[in-house]
Amino acid sequence: MNPFTNVPRQVEERLEHADWTTSRRDFLKTSGLLVVSFSAVAVASPFGSASETAARQGAGPYPDPDFKQLDSWIVIHQDNTATFYVGKTDLGQGTGTAFRQVMSDELDIAFDKTSVIMGNTDITVDQGGSGGSDALQVDGWPMRRVAAEARRVLLEMASVHFAVPVDRLTVRDAVISVTTDPDKKATYGELIGGRRFNVTLTGENINATTGRATVKTVQELRIVGQSPQRYDIPGKVDGSSRWAVDVKLPNMVHARNVKPPVAGATLIAVDESSVRDLPGFVKVVSKGNYVAVVSEREEQAIAAARQLKVNWKKPAAGVFPTSEGLFKYIRAATPTSSSKPSSSGDPDATLSTAAKLVEAEYEMPFQGHVAIGPAHALADPSNDQMTIYSNDMKSYGLRAGIAEFLQMPRDRVRVLWMDGPQGYGRTAADDAGFEAAFLAREVGRPVRVQWMREEETAWDTKGPAFTFKMRGALDSQGNLVALDYEARAADHGHLGYNEPDTVLVAQLTGKRRATPAAGSAATPSDMYVVPNRRAATHVVAMPLVWESPLRTGNLRDPNGPQVTFAAESFIDELAAAAKADPVEFRLRLLTANTADDNAFRRARSIAVVKAAAKASEWDTRPSPNPVDSGNIVTGRGFAYAFRNQTVIAQVAEVEVNRRTGRIWVKRLVCAHDCGLVINPEALRRTVEGAMLHGLSRALYEEVTFDTEKVTSVNWRSYPILTHADAPARIDVVLVNGDPTPDRPDLPHYGAGEAACKPMIAAVANAIYDATGVRIRRVPFRAERVLAALKTAAIA
Amino acid sequence: MSNVTLKVNGKTHTVDVDPSTPLLYVLRNDLDLHGPRFGCGLGQCGACTVIINGAAVRSCMVATSAVKGEITTLEGLSKDGKLHPVQQAWIDEQVPQCGFCQNGQILTAKTLLDRYPNPTDAQIRQGMAGVLCRCMTYYRVQAAIKRAAHAMVPTASASSKGGVA
Repeated sequence: MNPFTNVPRQVEERLEHADWTTSRRDFLKTSGLLVVSFSAVAVASPFGSASETAARQGAGPYPDPDFKQLDSWIVIHQDNTATFYVGKTDLGQGTGTAFRQVMSDELDIAFDKTSVIMGNTDITVDQGGSGGSDALQVDGWPMRRVAAEARRVLLEMASVHFAVPVDRLTVRDAVISVTTDPDKKATYGELIGGRRFNVTLTGENINATTGRATVKTVQELRIVGQSPQRYDIPGKVDGSSRWAVDVKLPNMVHARNVKPPVAGATLIAVDESSVRDLPGFVKVVSKGNYVAVVSEREEQAIAAARQLKVNWKKPAAGVFPTSEGLFKYIRAATPTSSSKPSSSGDPDATLSTAAKLVEAEYEMPFQGHVAIGPAHALADPSNDQMTIYSNDMKSYGLRAGIAEFLQMPRDRVRVLWMDGPQGYGRTAADDAGFEAAFLAREVGRPVRVQWMREEETAWDTKGPAFTFKMRGALDSQGNLVALDYEARAADHGHLGYNEPDTVLVAQLTGKRRATPAAGSAATPSDMYVVPNRRAATHVVAMPLVWESPLRTGNLRDPNGPQVTFAAESFIDELAAAAKADPVEFRLRLLTANTADDNAFRRARSIAVVKAAAKASEWDTRPSPNPVDSGNIVTGRGFAYAFRNQTVIAQVAEVEVNRRTGRIWVKRLVCAHDCGLVINPEALRRTVEGAMLHGLSRALYEEVTFDTEKVTSVNWRSYPILTHADAPARIDVVLVNGDPTPDRPDLPHYGAGEAACKPMIAAVANAIYDATGVRIRRVPFRAERVLAALKTAAIA
Repeated sequence: MSNVTLKVNGKTHTVDVDPSTPLLYVLRNDLDLHGPRFGCGLGQCGACTVIINGAAVRSCMVATSAVKGEITTLEGLSKDGKLHPVQQAWIDEQVPQCGFCQNGQILTAKTLLDRYPNPTDAQIRQGMAGVLCRCMTYYRVQAAIKRAAHAMVPTASASSKGGVA
C-alpha cells in the first residue's frame, strides 16, 4: 500500500479552514491513511478566533523531514497544481516567489499553479532558514535539482502510460503529450496527483541533494527572469495575512520582561505582592537576573511589568565608557584577539618612500537592528512538546537551540515560521523565542511574549562599532602603490544565532558558556590591484561582555557597511590626493594586472563600475566640486564593493545645506551584478530597500549610552531615515558582467544585503565632493556636518 | 472591566475590558483585527494606525473608552470585495518588503489623499514623515501614493517612479 503523503488539495483546503484540534498529521490518521514522516500541519497558519478551538498540537514527535525523499520537497495535487516545501524563510524580499519561479521552471509548471511552504521545522527540510544572502546562491540549487528530478520521474511515468520513449514526449505547463500525437496527453495531476513519488534522492548533505535529472540551461528557463508579483503582498496590503505576532491559542497568556535597569545589575528580590492583586495577574517568573510577569491579557501584562517592584543591586560604578568616549576606548583597549595580517609586497618600505602619503582614521558607532515590531514569539507546551510560533529567520536553529536549552528531545520541539517585522540578521527574535519556550514551560500554558519598544531598541543585538586607520602611498604619477588597513572592532563575545548558552535568557538565568566568542573585524572586500598591501584586524572587548545591552550580533551584511565606509572613503581620499576622477581612479586599480585568479571577479567589477557611472551620467572630474555661494551645495559620490560573488557600485547625489548641515540624498544609482536574475522587479525593490537601509545608517543611526545603560531607547533617541529623506529618484541597473555572458550555467548569486555595503561611503564621498569637507565619523547627522563645515569655514 | 461599545468597519461590538485599555489591544485581541500592529506604544512609528472620523489615529495612544467615532482598520478599507485604490496601488507598485509597517503607511496615505487628492512631493513627504519603515520602502510608498492619486483623480499627476512590475 502506498502511503498518501501527496495530500490531495481538497484535504489540504479542509485543513486550512479546519478547526485546529486536528493537525494534518492527525487528519491523515483519522482518515485511515498511513502516517509517515511527511506532514504539513503548518500549511494552514495556526491561529484564528477562539471559535477555531485552535491549536492543540498534534501528538508528535516531529522528526526531521528526510531530504533524500522527493516527497519531502514537492507535492503534486490531483488538480494539477504543485506545492513546494523548502527550508528557507522570506524576510520580505520575495525569495519565496523566487523559489517558486526556479522550481516551477525546472518542473515545467505555470508559476500560478504552484505554492510554496517555508521554514516550518516539522514539514520542510532543514535548509537553515535565511542568512548570508545565500538563498538562491546556495539553496536554490537543490531546489532546482529536485524539481528537475520530479519532471524526469513524471516523464518516465508518461512514457509507461503511453508506451513511447521519453524522447518522444513533450512537456509544457504540467501537461505531457506524445510529440507526434498531441491528443495523447496526461497532466501531472493525472499521473501522480495525490500520491507519493517514492523516489529516493542522493547527496551527502541538503545542499548537495540531487536526483538523476540535470537542471535546465539558462537559455531553457522561461519563468526565471520574469517578474511575477510577490504572492505575499496582497495579504500584507488588505490585512488578511497572519503573522507570528497574530497567533492566538486557547488558554494562552501574555508575558512581558522586566530587564535589569542598568548593565551588570543583579537581582536581590522581587516583590510579587506589588502586582498580585492586579487584574488578570497569573505569575511572576524569576530566575537569576531574568524576570517576567505573566497575565491573562496583553495590556495587563504590560501594566504589571511596569508596576512590579524589583530590588536590583547596581554595580558600584558604571561600566561603560559612554558613547562619546567609545572610540577613544576602542583605540586604547588591548585587543582580545588579532588576526595575522594579510600582506603582499612591501607596504612599509613603499609607504616610507611615497611621493605622497595619505593617512586617515574613520569611526563607526554601534548600530542596531531595531525591528519595527519588537521581538516576540508564542510557545505552546501542550502534550509534553514545545511548538514555537516565530518570525525568526533561522527557524531550524531556533528549534535546535530551544531543545537543548530546555533539554527536550529535538523531535519534541518544532518551530512554525511565520511572517514578522524584520531586522535582517541575529535579531532579538532569537531571544524572544527562547523566552517564550522557557516561560511556557514555567507557566504550563501557551505564552506569548513581546518586548516593549525601549527594550527592543536598547537590548537588541548591535552591529559592532569600529575604528579604522588607513595609510596609502601614491607614486609621482598618482598611482596607488601601497595600501595599509587596520581595523578595530568592539566585537568580543559576538553572539551566534540561537545559541542556547548565549541567548539573553540563558545569560540572565546563568546558563552561559565559559568562553565568549572571539568576534571578528573584517577586511575590505574589493578587487583592487595594489602591489603592496596589508590588512590587519583586531577585536576589543567592551568592559561588560555578558548581560550587556551592547552585545553584538550579525547585522545585515555584518561588518560590510562599516568596513566599506572606511575603505571606499579612503580610496576617494587617495583619488582626491592624486587629483584623479574617483571612477577613473578605481578603474585604474581594477584593470591593472588582470591575469590572476581574480580576473573573473575583476572583469565583473569593471562592468559594474562602468554601468553605475554611465547610468548616473557621471561627470568625470576630480573631487571636490568648487563650492558655490548658495546655502545648498551639491555633489556626487561613488563607491564600489564586492560581496561574496555579487558586485555593487553606487552613486549618491547629495544636497548639503550649509546653514543647517542637513544632508538630502536626492538621487541614488546602483549597478548590481548578482549573476542570473530570477525576478528583476523584486530584485530592484530589494536593492532600493537595502540602499535606503544603508542611507539610514549613514545619516542617522547611532546607539548612544552612558556609563551604565543604553540611552537610545525609542524612535526619538534612535532616529532612522523617514519619508522626508527619501531620494527623489533611484535607478537600479541590473548588470551581467560575466566575461561569457551567455554561458548556459550562469549562476544566481546573492542579493539580499549586498547593496547595503557601499552606501555609507558613497554618501561620505558625495558630501566631500559638495563641500570639500571629509566626514570620517558616522552618522552624518546635521549637527555633526554643520560643525565640520564651520571648522572648515564652509558654513 | 466594563462594557465598551465600538463601531468598527461597519459593525458594532461590545467588549468587556478596562476602559483605559489602549484601543490597539482591543482591536487585535478582542476583535481579531490584525491590521493595526504594536510597534512602539509611544505614538512614534505609526504601525498601529486606524482611521477614526476620517483622521489617521495611533491606536496605541487612545483609550478604548475615549473613542467616539467609527473606526476603520486596514481590514475595512476595501468595499464590496474591491480593494481601495490605495491598496491596489500598493500591489501594482509592489511596495512592501517585510510589510509590518504597511498598515500605517496605507491608512496614513489614504487620509493624506482624502485631504490632498493631488498631493505635491512636499505634501507627501510631510504627511507621511511620521510613519516609519525599517525596510525603508519609502521610495515605493511615495510612488504608490502618486499612482493611487492618479487612479482616484485621473487628472492627478502620475509620475510613478522607476519601473513598475
